[in-house]
Amino acid sequence: MISVENLTKRYANKTAIDGVSFQVEKGEILGFLGPNGAGKTTTMRMITGYMPASGGTIKVDGYDVAEQPLEVRKRIGYLPENPPLYTEMKVHSYLQFVGKLKGVSSSGLRDEVNRVMDLVNITDVRDRIIAKLSKGYKQRVGIAQAMLNDPPVLILDEPTIGLDPKQIHEIRDLVKGLAGNHTVVLSTHILPEVEQTCHRVIIIDHGKIVAVDTPQNLRSQIQGAARIFVEVDGPAADVLSAVKALPGVANAQIASEEGSRNRFQIESETGRDIRVDLARTLVSKGWGLLELRSENMSLEDIFIKLTTAEETVAPPVASAS
Amino acid sequence: MRNIFVIAERDFKTYFTSPIAYVVLTIFILLAGFFFSLILNNMLEMSTMRAMQSAQTGQPPEPYDMPGEVSRAFLNVVSSIMLFIFPMITMALFSEEKKRGTIELLLTAPITDLQVVLGKFFAAAGFYVVLLLTTLVEMSVLYVYSSPASGPILTAYLGILLYGLAVVAIGMFISTLTENQIIAAVLSFGTVLMFMLLDAFSRRAGESAKAVLTYLSIIEHLNDFLVGIVSTSHVIYYVSLILVGLFLTYRSLDSLRWRG
Repeated sequence: MISVENLTKRYANKTAIDGVSFQVEKGEILGFLGPNGAGKTTTMRMITGYMPASGGTIKVDGYDVAEQPLEVRKRIGYLPENPPLYTEMKVHSYLQFVGKLKGVSSSGLRDEVNRVMDLVNITDVRDRIIAKLSKGYKQRVGIAQAMLNDPPVLILDEPTIGLDPKQIHEIRDLVKGLAGNHTVVLSTHILPEVEQTCHRVIIIDHGKIVAVDTPQNLRSQIQGAARIFVEVDGPAADVLSAVKALPGVANAQIASEEGSRNRFQIESETGRDIRVDLARTLVSKGWGLLELRSENMSLEDIFIKLTTAEETVAPPVASAS
Repeated sequence: MRNIFVIAERDFKTYFTSPIAYVVLTIFILLAGFFFSLILNNMLEMSTMRAMQSAQTGQPPEPYDMPGEVSRAFLNVVSSIMLFIFPMITMALFSEEKKRGTIELLLTAPITDLQVVLGKFFAAAGFYVVLLLTTLVEMSVLYVYSSPASGPILTAYLGILLYGLAVVAIGMFISTLTENQIIAAVLSFGTVLMFMLLDAFSRRAGESAKAVLTYLSIIEHLNDFLVGIVSTSHVIYYVSLILVGLFLTYRSLDSLRWRG
């Protein structure tokens, strides 16, 4: 559905996107992961045709973005990084305006606006002025705007930013529900979001693709050794030696000591789940097990891992820009 | 065509959902009314003086087109007031879209950049016409109490309309250059003022430079319209100014895309 070949974006003194290529199949949800300034927004802007590319081609549904921009734009619903809201307008009249821009027929306009308001749960604020809405509502008005005229491709730049947990859940469900009939590209820097909604993830950093895979593979591949965090009511030194003696434990250290409540950080060997053994050992010794959890690696951790791993394999060549 | 209308409709309505339209309309109507009564008073004084003169000399007063003089002076003043008013019409056209990020919506919607430019131009032009229409109140006073020749009045309105559209097109272009409405307004005002002052510069310039400067002066071309002459060269001047403004706006949007 979307095919990006060797996409490049150069500014006067900086290369923002450097030879990025990827494909998105019809019905797929693709996640763009990366820190701020990695080039997520720039890539999305080029797919939507907001920004011309300096090199490479983008095709959406077979239409080249540079050659037939209007055909491409007809097929894309786009939520920019900052929702493009005319804040002095009322929610429904704003959506009607966008609907008209997108070529919704005048007879179907009212129904279409009602449909998208219903989808993102903003029907209750339809007569409110956008400026008076909370951040979460504004964000959802932005999403509603992208869904107008039911475009087959949706480009969502950080769709869940500014939402509360319940709303995030709703929007994720909404996006998941789009899979199959719609092709979705969304960007985020929240790892669980990608795991829960996306079929495939592209990690992008400094304008280059660092990794492409399913979220599950990516995590296990990157995480390698799992990290476990425990809080134990017991003597620190004894606990530590007992933990280290367990099979499958690669490393263990005291994270903090507070009287008898000690926190430990434990790394297991790759592919071994030591949590059951760990809990049994601690309890059988008569210590109080206060907390045990495997630590999810944050995106930052993964980035550090990815970039350092890359560097040890092949040191990056100083790019001439 | 529909797309142009959709853009124009929203932008035109925006004038009236914000206080801008009401502030601008109020100030314009007050100023226009004030100057109209001022001109009327002057003319009355002058005609009294002429009557006295003719009584002294015993000659009948020379025929004098007073309603024509009043309408000419009034519409001349209107064109000057517009110089101060038009930046408020055009300042937000693109600067506000850039600031709020809504430009990204317009430039990724299935419409062409030209449609965006024309839609916004027609919205601003529409509001300009609304302003101009309020002066029909003063004109109707003239028609009620005298019988002015309609020809010069119509050509004067045509001239002020063309002049206004040209100024609006320039202002629209300038609003693409910045995210700040105030900067857009000041720049627009300054630019058009320069165009007006070219006339003054031309008096010190040499022969050939003088001809060029006079031709470029935006106000110079209005004079013929005010006295009832529609000359092709003046029409071409304003129309080309409008086209240059539209073209620059269009190109500026394109460069906006490149810079992101």
